[in-house]
Amino acid sequence: MSHGNAVQVDQLTKKFGGFTAVHQVSFAIPTGEIFGLLGPNGAGKTTTIRMLCGILLPTSGRATVLSLDVTRQPEAIKQSIGYMSQKFALYNDLTVIENLDFYARMYQVPAKSRSARLDELLEMAGLVGHEKDKTANLSGAWRQRLALACAIVHRPPMLFLDEPTAGVDPISRREFWNMIYALAGQGVSVLATTHYMDEAEQCNIIGMMHDGRLIALDDPDTLKAGLAGDLLEIECDAPGRAEALAAEFPGVMEAALHGVLLHVNVPDAQVGLSLETALTRAGIVIRRIEQVLPSLEDVFVAMVETQDRARVRAGIAKE
Amino acid sequence: MSRMWTIMRKEFLHIIRDPRTLGLVVALPVLSLLLLSYAVARDIKNIPLVVADLSKTEVSRHFMDRYWLSGFFRMAYEVDSETALLQLIDSGKAKAGLLIPEDFHKVSVGEASAVPFYIDGSDPALAQAAQLAAETIGQVAAQDVLVEQLNNSPLRIELRLPVDTRFRFLYNPDMRRLNFTIPGLVASILQIQALLLTSSAIVREREQGTLEQLIVTPIKPWELMLGKILPFVLVTFVNVGLILAVASFWFRVPVAGSLTLLLILTAIFLLGSLGLGVLISNISRTQMQAMYLAAFSLMPTLILSGFLYPRENMHWIAYYAGYLLPVTFYLDIMRGIILKGVGASTLWPSIWPMALFSVVVFVASVLVFHKRVE
Repeated sequence: MSHGNAVQVDQLTKKFGGFTAVHQVSFAIPTGEIFGLLGPNGAGKTTTIRMLCGILLPTSGRATVLSLDVTRQPEAIKQSIGYMSQKFALYNDLTVIENLDFYARMYQVPAKSRSARLDELLEMAGLVGHEKDKTANLSGAWRQRLALACAIVHRPPMLFLDEPTAGVDPISRREFWNMIYALAGQGVSVLATTHYMDEAEQCNIIGMMHDGRLIALDDPDTLKAGLAGDLLEIECDAPGRAEALAAEFPGVMEAALHGVLLHVNVPDAQVGLSLETALTRAGIVIRRIEQVLPSLEDVFVAMVETQDRARVRAGIAKE
Repeated sequence: MSRMWTIMRKEFLHIIRDPRTLGLVVALPVLSLLLLSYAVARDIKNIPLVVADLSKTEVSRHFMDRYWLSGFFRMAYEVDSETALLQLIDSGKAKAGLLIPEDFHKVSVGEASAVPFYIDGSDPALAQAAQLAAETIGQVAAQDVLVEQLNNSPLRIELRLPVDTRFRFLYNPDMRRLNFTIPGLVASILQIQALLLTSSAIVREREQGTLEQLIVTPIKPWELMLGKILPFVLVTFVNVGLILAVASFWFRVPVAGSLTLLLILTAIFLLGSLGLGVLISNISRTQMQAMYLAAFSLMPTLILSGFLYPRENMHWIAYYAGYLLPVTFYLDIMRGIILKGVGASTLWPSIWPMALFSVVVFVASVLVFHKRVE
């Protein structure tokens, strides 16, 4: 069953003392797919990645990467994965080519094909002509592309990217994702964490994490379609007050501000109409109110809300 | 194996990219040797002496001359009273005082005279040296007087001392303190150098975040440890060469025994000391912790190893604690080869514990290193 999947995670849990960083997480990444792990800081994304890379022991549960067990065969996994950690861990006092060459040798890329492989990666990362530049002097986007090149120097079939686009400008982010799509097109499976919703939309599968739990798992369209009820977008003169009123309004499932726009989740059009009346009566001038397609952010907010409500109901205190 | 070379290459690049640190690493041990050789336990000579000659005769002046001629004392002050003499010792301007009593000239006619000699006892080493020198000078003077008296007496007997001890120094015949100090100094400097060099080796990468990237590669712990240690063995060998050159050409303390043996044993010693640095680095979370642990090992190195004080005089706890330090054995080896010129078979009791230590430390650093992030 796991043969079609590059990664298979089953009830994976990690506790640090009394703190549960990852709680019974299960998912699978089919070979050649891009899996986006979404969630705020501290949700357990990095901990999950580290366990899958074999550098952190799970407390319980099971996970396989390329059919290798993360607890029993971590060294075999390390040979076949690429990993980009949050900090773009490069040696700043070495040059671009020295960093690349170092990782090529660490992964024992055969001497015969090594220089051709390095040329290919320099080309891909757009670093041709900068081989002798000190890594310390590179911009964030260049460091990011060099870190990616270092991570895939040995052509790993599985790639783990931990917030690969943090601190990088939007254009470079898009270019970076184009590289990732190209890799996926070659059959490389990818697990990437991000807080950027627009990046997450591009993934084949999304897992949403919150407080160490996986609260949603599906492809982006299904997730959005699965959001219960209708989503209304309201443009008005007092969005803050409107949000407070909407949140308290009977029947409203969820109200959240997106910049100056208010997104309200209602079970049906009837509740929307009465909310509109109530807001107008409260002296708020509504410029526009319409039903919109939910974004992943709406889905995430709704999921977190549902999750919290369920846990409160079950009497579990939040950490 | 190839990954070990890769780590080594990388470490060399780090070293070369930071020429200022490299300069310090090469220059400081030689500078410390130059400086410390002039400071640590030199021969005690030219002790400042204050003299109050109340006799003021030919006989007393002749007696005083014996002190200058010995080389142990230099005439710092000449005063007229015991009070003035004591004041100078109190103030630290003189370390010893000689009071020649008024009736001193009578010794030439056979009457005994008590000659008070004052010693500042605050530094026991200096006090002992002064005491020994003053005692010897007094005895020789007394002997000379006796001999003269007998020669002048009508009996004219042949005088011969009943017991005559003859000293023969087997090693270091000139009794140069420096010959003893320098091998110890070399050992201590190397030990300190080795610890400081490698104590940040792993923890620096931990702080940079590169360690996490390194442990997701298939590298084996021993490859990483050896790859981190070996470049510094080479660096420290440059230090050894320079230090030995300064010792033999500047301080004229040549290596009496086999230089090859000295270098081989130094390599074994360095593997252990550098390994200890890596071990410290392994168990430290920050570079600050590593530096502190490395610095903390300085005092035991200097004191328990027998470099500053002879281990024979130590309390048994301190004595046996010295055996836990490889530098204790290395010190014996250095003194053995440089001063006595003895070979490996004589030094064996020191060689095997040192080698064992190096192996244990290396194995420990490999075992302690986990390819995990916790």
